[in-house]
Amino acid sequence: MLTERLNTRNYSLFEKLKSVDYFLILIIMLIGAISVFAIYSTERGEFSFYTKNHLIRLLVFFGMFLVLSFVRITFWYKNAYFFYAVCVSLLFITLFFGLMASGSRRWLDLYFLNLQPSEIMKIAIIVCFARYYHRIQTAEIQNYKFILVPLILLLIPCYLVLQQPDLGTSILIAGTGVIIIWLAGLNIKYFVYSALLLIVSLPFAVSLLKPYQKSRILTFFNPDRDPLGAGYQIIQSKIAIGSGGFFGKGFLKGTQSYLEFLPEKHTDFIFTLFSEEFGFIGSIMLLLLYILLIYRIISIGIYTKSFFSKLFCFGFASAIFLYIFVNISMVLGLLPIVGAPLPIMSYGGSSMLSIMLGLSIVMSCKIYSQDQISNY
Amino acid sequence: MQNRASSIEKSRLITRRVFMLAAAKLLLIGGITSRLYSLQISDREKYELLSDKNRIREWKTPPQRGFIVDHFNNILADNDRVFQVHLDLDQIKDFNEVIFKLKNILELSNNELKKIYREKERLKPWDTLVASDNLNWTQFSKLNLYLHELEGVKPVVSSSRFYPYKDSLVHVVGYVGAASQKDIERKDVIKENLVPGLKVGKSGIEYAKETELIGKYGIKRYEVNSSGKRISQIDYIKETQGEKIKLTIDLEVQQLAQELLKGKAGSISAMDIYTGEIIAMASSPTYDPNKFTHGIGHKDWGEIRDDPLKPLVNKSIAGLYSPGSTFKPLVALAALEFGTIDPERPILCKGHKHPYELYGVKYHCWKKKGHGYMRLRNAIKQSCDIYFYEMARLLGVDRLAIIAKRYGLGSNILKDLYFDEKKGVVPNTFWKKNAIGKSWYLGETVINGIGQGYIQTTPLQLCLMTAQIANGGYKIKPHIIQDESINYESVRLKIAKQFVNETADFSNDEKFLVDRDYKLYERLYRNPENIKFIKDAMFGSTNEQYGTSYKSRYDDTKYQFAGKTGTSQVKRITEEERKLDLDQSQIEYKNRDHALFIAFAPYKNPRYSISVLVEHGGSGSSGAAPLASKLIKKIIDRHSLREQIKKGSTSLA
Repeated sequence: MLTERLNTRNYSLFEKLKSVDYFLILIIMLIGAISVFAIYSTERGEFSFYTKNHLIRLLVFFGMFLVLSFVRITFWYKNAYFFYAVCVSLLFITLFFGLMASGSRRWLDLYFLNLQPSEIMKIAIIVCFARYYHRIQTAEIQNYKFILVPLILLLIPCYLVLQQPDLGTSILIAGTGVIIIWLAGLNIKYFVYSALLLIVSLPFAVSLLKPYQKSRILTFFNPDRDPLGAGYQIIQSKIAIGSGGFFGKGFLKGTQSYLEFLPEKHTDFIFTLFSEEFGFIGSIMLLLLYILLIYRIISIGIYTKSFFSKLFCFGFASAIFLYIFVNISMVLGLLPIVGAPLPIMSYGGSSMLSIMLGLSIVMSCKIYSQDQISNY
Repeated sequence: MQNRASSIEKSRLITRRVFMLAAAKLLLIGGITSRLYSLQISDREKYELLSDKNRIREWKTPPQRGFIVDHFNNILADNDRVFQVHLDLDQIKDFNEVIFKLKNILELSNNELKKIYREKERLKPWDTLVASDNLNWTQFSKLNLYLHELEGVKPVVSSSRFYPYKDSLVHVVGYVGAASQKDIERKDVIKENLVPGLKVGKSGIEYAKETELIGKYGIKRYEVNSSGKRISQIDYIKETQGEKIKLTIDLEVQQLAQELLKGKAGSISAMDIYTGEIIAMASSPTYDPNKFTHGIGHKDWGEIRDDPLKPLVNKSIAGLYSPGSTFKPLVALAALEFGTIDPERPILCKGHKHPYELYGVKYHCWKKKGHGYMRLRNAIKQSCDIYFYEMARLLGVDRLAIIAKRYGLGSNILKDLYFDEKKGVVPNTFWKKNAIGKSWYLGETVINGIGQGYIQTTPLQLCLMTAQIANGGYKIKPHIIQDESINYESVRLKIAKQFVNETADFSNDEKFLVDRDYKLYERLYRNPENIKFIKDAMFGSTNEQYGTSYKSRYDDTKYQFAGKTGTSQVKRITEEERKLDLDQSQIEYKNRDHALFIAFAPYKNPRYSISVLVEHGGSGSSGAAPLASKLIKKIIDRHSLREQIKKGSTSLA
């Protein structure tokens, strides 16, 4: 019957603007605004380096998000593998030419920005998998061939990121990939088997970890093991959140961060600072905003026609959830400390870039929702 | 069509899985929420406390020590402003460098440097080291000038103990020094108030009344950041001063007593015979307690410790001496009370050629030529040993011990304040069996009669004994810390009260011949005439010709006192020595006799008792009585002033 056929129907500008998801934009702006205040608070209410940088990045990447939203979704479909290949190459390059900072090689110096390719990889893997599964029929998914290929596609970046080393990002990429494979329809039994296999191989995996990674995990189970060293972050973070109470200590009044008890408050522990200053109420509100964001992305996925778009939206929504869940659980002492930023809130250009890129693809799915990508 | 169907099925599958995933997500969000709830709502207080513990650090400021004042409110132990250098060890990066700079700025000696390093070894890395606790103003201002290059070095204005009357009262008041581990373990109040450089009592009242004197530390609360740097002061609870301790001591009398003992080793004690207030308690040689406040130097300490005259010993309460003839009034009183002597019975004292003999052992009188025929009053007055040998033999040591103990010998007086007080010994047959394991010999009774042998007393005990004879034979409680409820009138009233329902016949009251406990102000005698007899004999001893302290008398009845000399042998006199008949000045210092004197004054209506002891001071009449005489005049001159103050404070209270 029909082979490759792209629906190239033209959309008028009015049509495009009409189908923009303004609610999603509003949520993004709200979280963005909160993030600026939070970073501002880490600098004790001074509008200086971090706040300035964060605000500039937010504005630039938000602008980029708006522009890229109008890139046709078919563009992403067509260039999915290319995008993936570029990211893998960048990861390779990073391994050799990356900037060294605190014992790991994660960044590429691009003059205007220190790019962290692993962050972009988080999006690339979703795009790549969406494209891959787009063409495969449900019945075929259980075929070994179609299990092996995505597994290899996933393991390459995970391995590269792990080599930097960056356990957190590697886990997030792997987690995202696994969720997409599941969403695509792979039989549940494979996941059960893998889980069992994982538990069995856990002792071997642990032996492969770097000493500091091991120490982090051991510390997670017993923070008092080393209260001034590895356990310090978890203990101080819990103190900050707990002492925030119901209403919080008030904006700019978080003593734990103000008096520098809180480590990495700009990045991984930004939620801690926010929770200390705005309390239980504030934290729930922020969580609610994130839930709305995810809900909105899923809605777009349901609304959009093509399987590629659907899979991307669902995958991205799940990825965002994963990032949020890992980050917040980490600062609440529910998971070991592995570097994982909180989307939009955390200070960091690449993470912001990656989220905004993902969101722009989601928006593109919405605007070009009627595009019927390939149909066998 | 098949593709179409497959596509629809695929969409259905993915949608179904998304909803499953959404459910899982909600579950996880629920988990996060419940964790937030438990941290921020259930355990909020715990974490608030931890957060405050993080950010608030407290510094204790040293407590202010309470003053110690005398009867006239002269401050005997004061607080002075001092300048100190504290080193916060946790904030010092290069200790050696800081010390090197400090050395140059403050011109510290090598000894001081050694002390600092020793101290550092002892302390924990976050402790505060007091590098110098008594800088002069020049050093202190210079330090402040260079402070910017000395991180972790803190100039501190503190207060420290200061004794304005230096060495006059050290045995009474005591001194302070840096709190040792032992001090901290000894008293909770020290542990609680422990701050770097805290000084605590090491002896005397300072030691005994630590709890009252120490006061309460202050707290400075600062907000600090994670590296311990102070950001702002939140709170300052000012330290409080300890209680004022008022002593019964009269500074001027004490100073005179100390002055009289200058250059000698000995003790002078004086007390009010009714109230038991100790007016002076001097011990010589003495030392300056101010030297201990900032840590005494090796040389100074060596000098005090190794002085053969033992300045560290409070001789009034921790020096034990044979009372010698000062014991005689009590021996006579015992013999009278038990009726073993007829005071009118004459006994012949024939001098050294014909000594007293018992079982072949000879006992000599101190007077070479002998006293001739003596009756009891004269024997006391002229201190005839032969008379007392015979009287003691008739009395027996056990009966003597009963009376001696009753009047205050052989037991502690101020043990609750002075841990170094000694009890002394009032021997009896039972005591010897227990302590030495041998039976008592009659010869020992004989020498006991003149206050030699096993008997050991402290000068304060002799003073108490004299007081309890002088007041007519009533038990009193000597004390050195002012008790406003005790005054002359109230004591007289209490003494009088016990006779309200009594008959006037004292002659056969056997109750007063056994060893038992006596209540405060209870009569100690069987027959008051006996007490009167002793007092009269002591009057004779001082105020009549041939009396042993006749030379020290006052004819003015205002000052007129009654006393008894004592010359206690340090060493047994051999026959050869007796033949040589050496003058005291010809004998080696350590073998010379101790000079003693006890007295009460004024003779009419006595109010004060005194005991003087001069170690190796020769005879009591020349070595001790003149000192007592001078001090008695001072005490009596100040009597009305003392009463005024007492009445004033009583009416105020």
